[in-house]
Parts: sequence; structure tokens; C-alpha cells
Amino acid sequence: MTQESSTALKTGQMFINFGPQHPSTHGVLRIALTVEGEVVVKADPDVGYLHRGIEKLFEARNYSQGLILTDRLDYVSAMPNNLAYCLAVERLAAVQPPLRAQYLRVMVSELTRIASHLVFFGTFSVDMGAFTPFLYAFREREMILDLFEMLCGGRLLYSYIRVGGVSADCPAGWEEKCGEFITFFKPRLKDYDTLLSFNPIFKDRTANVGRISAAQALSWGLSGPNLRASGPDYDVRKAEPYCVYDKLDFTVPTGKTGSCWDRYYCRMLEMGQSAEIVLQCLDALAGTACLPAGRELPPGEIMAKGVPKILKPPAGQAYAHIEASRGDLGFYAVSDGSPTPYRMHVRGPSFLNVAILQEILAGCKIADVVAVLGSFDIVLGEVDR
Amino acid sequence: MEETIQPKFSEPVFNRSHGRLLMPENRYWPTRMWKNPWSLPTYRRGAAVLAGLLSGAAGAAWLLGEIGPRVAPLYSMAEQYALSYGIPLFLVQTAWTVIKAAVLLAVPLVNALFAVWWERKISAHMQSRMGPMYVGRWHGALQTIADGIKLFLKEDLVPESADKIVHLLAPVAVIIPAILVFAPIPFGRELVYADLDIGTVYVFAVGGVSVMGIIMAGWASGNKFSLLGGLRSAAQLVSYELPRTFSVIPVIMLAGTLNLSAIAGLQAGYWGGVLPRWFIFYPVVGQVAFVVFLIASVAETNRIPFDIPEAESELVAGFNTEYSGMKFALFFLSEFAYVLLSCLLMAAFFFGGGEPPLPFLGFLPSWAWFLGKTLVLMFCFLWFRWTFPRFRVDRLMDFNWKFLLPVSLLNIAAAGVLIWFLDCWAAGLLGG
Repeated sequence: MTQESSTALKTGQMFINFGPQHPSTHGVLRIALTVEGEVVVKADPDVGYLHRGIEKLFEARNYSQGLILTDRLDYVSAMPNNLAYCLAVERLAAVQPPLRAQYLRVMVSELTRIASHLVFFGTFSVDMGAFTPFLYAFREREMILDLFEMLCGGRLLYSYIRVGGVSADCPAGWEEKCGEFITFFKPRLKDYDTLLSFNPIFKDRTANVGRISAAQALSWGLSGPNLRASGPDYDVRKAEPYCVYDKLDFTVPTGKTGSCWDRYYCRMLEMGQSAEIVLQCLDALAGTACLPAGRELPPGEIMAKGVPKILKPPAGQAYAHIEASRGDLGFYAVSDGSPTPYRMHVRGPSFLNVAILQEILAGCKIADVVAVLGSFDIVLGEVDR
Repeated sequence: MEETIQPKFSEPVFNRSHGRLLMPENRYWPTRMWKNPWSLPTYRRGAAVLAGLLSGAAGAAWLLGEIGPRVAPLYSMAEQYALSYGIPLFLVQTAWTVIKAAVLLAVPLVNALFAVWWERKISAHMQSRMGPMYVGRWHGALQTIADGIKLFLKEDLVPESADKIVHLLAPVAVIIPAILVFAPIPFGRELVYADLDIGTVYVFAVGGVSVMGIIMAGWASGNKFSLLGGLRSAAQLVSYELPRTFSVIPVIMLAGTLNLSAIAGLQAGYWGGVLPRWFIFYPVVGQVAFVVFLIASVAETNRIPFDIPEAESELVAGFNTEYSGMKFALFFLSEFAYVLLSCLLMAAFFFGGGEPPLPFLGFLPSWAWFLGKTLVLMFCFLWFRWTFPRFRVDRLMDFNWKFLLPVSLLNIAAAGVLIWFLDCWAAGLLGG
């Protein structure tokens, strides 16, 4: 700031604390904004307000106890966290889950992706000043939670996917209910498009705001819809298929400009693809889909044989990563042969996604900060761990 | 021998086994509703109740008949009565004015009572909720009264850093014009408090005074968010005042008068016996003027998509952040009063006031048609609010100065051409 006489009007940069208690930060993120008038000069995302030491807590628990910690990472979509953890531990202990369990895993992951993207759709629209989409999103999400409650009893933190399989087979009538939901849900996506996606006011606020080039996105290590909105079509489900994704038919939607609107619309398209995947899985579970000879999915076969209650994997290390709702979620497990892991590291996509804010927020208007932050769909439970 | 009381266990709410929900039968799943809503008995019943209410209201209006023409005889009767008993005439006149003023004062109050409930119900049904359902037994009909009592009983908080007197005066400065502004509105044939020759100018001038109150509220609260909200509000209201006023000028040019009841009355009659002679049906000019007036009115009443002054996700509650209890209620009241005013003005300027849309519907009195049109327009206001996202503050100004204002100015020129064309036609200069 320049020093002038006290009578003259002083102009200078102003410092604003955006968060940790602000309705639009979706949790306890703090962004230290330096603004000049309406324009952001410097933005510093400050994380750590929700740090619980989860990676350290893994080291004091055995492998089945560690599972419940994974639910608490990305609490808006807990199923993929379970899955990534279990895949890493299974790789460590060389356990092969049965095929039916793998289909169920894929199905709940995709249903969770829909539920998580619905939360994004609702909260992003509230950030943009439209309140009705929020309630539509939660109406649909409620049905998914009901389905999960039928499946495992939990509505938010499931611990459904276990090392070696899943905790329970789907109860009688569940598949019909699931199909009913998907047939209800697919036309709703068109409703969302007419209500919000192509609304001129909404496009005006989001398109061409917070643009990220493909090179920028790759160099900052973005993943998930945030990366694909910029152009690269990297999706772990296609690049390194896990479970039964190589048997399923789906496309990976990508954006062009990497603006807030592209990030938003990528998720909308992904929900449609997830619905298709769930339908294909339902067909496979019902036995109507063509499966290789001798590979039918008998009900009740959901757990690998001979998995001990206290797992003691041989000394070694394993890494498994999946396409979670927010991006590339990886678990790196190191075992020293004891019942507890020697080290468990989580590669959380939200943490890497939040880092790019410091680059793209600079030069934005203050009113755009909410739009950019909302479009990244971060969950602070995963950022801080 | 004593009886031991056995604990009674009721049936579990959900059919569960080991914590797992077996079937969400008693959870709300909207799937059936979307397949065929008419298959739901509640839906059919609701439609029947709605149709019954509408026809009942129409019947009641038909029975009541025109109110306006009965008012003047009532006054002369009172005068005769006073003369025969030797009561001074000025007393009668004063009493008459007080009664008329009380009726006028009731307009924004009753409107808020109804509109708040209506808005809550409409927003709820648009969002697949029920909205208020308990107070007043029938669909939460008395919810607004309960809310009003709650606001009355609330503590009136004045912040330490506030300018006490201005803080107190701000809601007063907002609500007084909001009541006064209804004076020249023709609620039906000969049903007007003050039949001003400059009614249009009066409405815009008095309505504009409320901006002062909003700035006062923002300034006196001693809160940064309130100040920002107040200043944004002032900028927005003053800007949108221009296209709103300019969009009415074509109507005034076509009508040749500023008197609101005269403007409404001039739209009587039908083209070809079918199409009413409302100003909205004048080619291009009428529609453009209406759309500009509608958009500017939504902005003028600070409602979504123009609710920048009270943008929740940015400014907490804007200029009324530091107001509680009845002071807050006054701001709320004035917002709904201005919504009603905009709808009344649109009905009078563009939809023929109390004229029926088709000739054979003339059996209903004019005030019923005026009210009906106003309510339909008011529904549009509520509809916008629960559909659109919010503008960004700089785009809001761009939209006004770069789009609405030029369009409304061009429309005035187009109205001139249209009038010249109509004059030529009337003089038989066109087409022989």
C-alpha cells in the first residue's frame, strides 16, 4: 500500500477471510483472499480444519476395523472409499472376491456416484441462487439412501463392502426397487437440464468462469469430472478396469473448455452413464445378461472363501485406485505381517483438486469465487483426512 | 393381588431385520406419482377441491355483483341522514374518509396475509413438499397469522453500533409509501380511493420513495453486509425504475391519459368480437412493453432472479440483516405490497383492468376479473422466484442498461409509428 496524506482517499488491497465458517465453502475450508475492488488478486486455500489423523488411526486398527475409518473420509460418497480400501487390502492378502460380490460392488459404487453428484447438483444450484433444484436432488438421493438402507442398514456410512466381498446379499425385492428407481431417475436428468443446465442466467454465471486448460489440469493433478471437463478422458474405470468394469458398456463424458459449467455438466452426463451401468448390473444379477459359461451368479455367494476374521497379510505393499465420485481415489497399504497395517496412505482426489484454486481464483470476481469453489465439489472430510 | 404392568411394545415403524430395512413401503417414493398422477386419489381429490373453490369464488362474486356503483349512493344516504338529524356535514365527510382510508390500509395487510401463505404453498408444491399443513387445520391456512403473532412477540433488537433514530425510521419510511401507493388503483368499476388524473405518475413517484427507507436501513444498521445490501439495492432500484417507467409510456401514448381507471376503461370491447382490446394485444408494442414491465417489476420488488440486495449466499440477508420482530415484518409487508402493486398495475395497463377476457364472461363483476388477473400475474412472480437462479451483480446492471433500457426506448418509437398507422387507418388513408 502506498502512503499518502491522511485526507486523500486511500485505495489498496483488502484482505478477506472466506471461511472457515461461510455457507458456501461446503465445510471448513478457509480461503485467504486478497482483493482489489471486486477482483481477487491472490487466493490461498488453507486446509486442515477437519484433520482427524485418519491415516495414523489405521495403524492402530486391524484390517476389518480400519474399514469403518474409510467411511469417514468422503462421507458424501462412502461406498467407493470402502471399495478402494478393500481392493488394496485384497491385493495385499491375495484374496479374490466372488463375481456376484463384484457386481454388487460396482452397482453400489455407481449408485453412490449418482447420490454424490446429486448433492453437488443441489448445493451448486443453491450457491447460484436457485433453491428448487436442491430439493429435487435430495428427493432422488433419498431413494438411493433407502436402497442402501435395505442393503446394509446404513444411510450415510455403510461399511458395506468388506475385505473379500460384501457384507450382505441384496434382500428380496431389492432389485425391483432399484430398477424402479433407475426408470424414475433417468427422465429426471432431462428435467434438471431444462430447469438449470441450460438456463441463460445459470450459463451466464458459470460458462467461461474459472476456466482450466487441459495442460493446467494435468499439471495440477486434477482427476475425476474436474479433469475430464478440461478435455482429457482419463477415467480409472477405463484406464485400469477393476471389479467388472471391463465387462460393462459405458462412455466417459468429457468437456471442452474446463469452465465451471463444463465441470457441472460433466457430472450431469456421468449420472446418466452411472444409471446405465446400474441397469446392466441388474441384468447380470438377474441372470438375463450374457455371462461366460459357468460364470453365473448364484445368490448368496458374496464372500470369498477362507478369509480369516483377523487378517494377517504377508509383509509387502500394495496400491489400488478407483474412480470415486470426486476422482482418482487410491489406497496405499504396507504390511509387516502383523494384524495391523504398517502404513496406510490415502490419495484423496479432493485434496489435489483444492490445490488448483490458488491459481484459477486469481483474477476472478468475488462473486465468482462461490461458483468456482462450488464447481469443484470438494468434501472437506477427504481434503483433511 | 396387584397387577403387574406389562410394557407394551408397539409395532416397529419400519419392517427391519438385523438393522436392515426390508422394504421402503412407508417411505415416500415419488415413482408412482410420475407414472400417472391421476391414479393417486389425493391428486384427484386436490383437483376437485381446487375446481370447487374456484367455482365457489366465482359464484360468490356473481352474487355480490358490482361494488363500485353502490358506494356513491351509500355516501349520499349518509349525507341525507346527517342533514335530517342536524349533524354537521364535515363530521360525515371525516368519518367517510377514515373508513375509506382503513379499507385502503387493509389492502397491503390482507395481501401479505394471503400472499405469504400462498408463496409458501406454491414453493412447496413446486419442490414436491407439502408446505405448512397444521396451523388452521386446512393446509396451514392460518400459518401467516401464527407467524405474525410470533413476530409481534419477538424482542426488538437494535445493534449497539446502529444509528438508533434512523434505524427506527427506516421501516416506517418503507411502509408508508407502500400503503399510500394504492390510493389511485382502480380495484373495479368506480372502486377507487382517489381517482387522480395523474395516477400513473403518482404511483411511480410514491413507490420510488421506498428506496430511501432501504438505504436508511442499510446505513443505520452499522453492519457491513447491511450497508452493501442497501447500496446494491439502491443502485438496482434506481436503475430498473427507468425501463419500468419507459415501458408504460407506449400505453399512455395509446390511451392518451394518465388516469389509471381511464386507461383500464379504454381497453373495453373486442376486436372481431373475440380478441379483447387489451394493450398487450397491440402488435409487438404491447407485448414488448409488457415483458419489459414484468422484468423490471420483478427487479423492482427485489425478488429472484434479481434478489442481489438480499443474496443469501453472499450477503447474509442484505439490508434487513439487523432487523427483528415487527420492524422486519414491515419490510416483508412492503415487499409483498409492491408485488401486489406491480400485478395490479400490469392488470390495469396491459390486461384491461376489470374487463372480461371474452364477451360472454361479463356476468362476473369487474372487481372479480381484476382480482383474478392480479392473482394470475402474482403466481408468475412466485413461479419465477422458485425457478430461476440469481444474476451476478455486474450482469444485473448490464442487463438493465444495455438491454432493457434501449428496448423500452425503441418501443416508445415503435408506439409512435403504431399510433400514426392507426390514425391513418382511422382516417381511411390506408387501403382506400
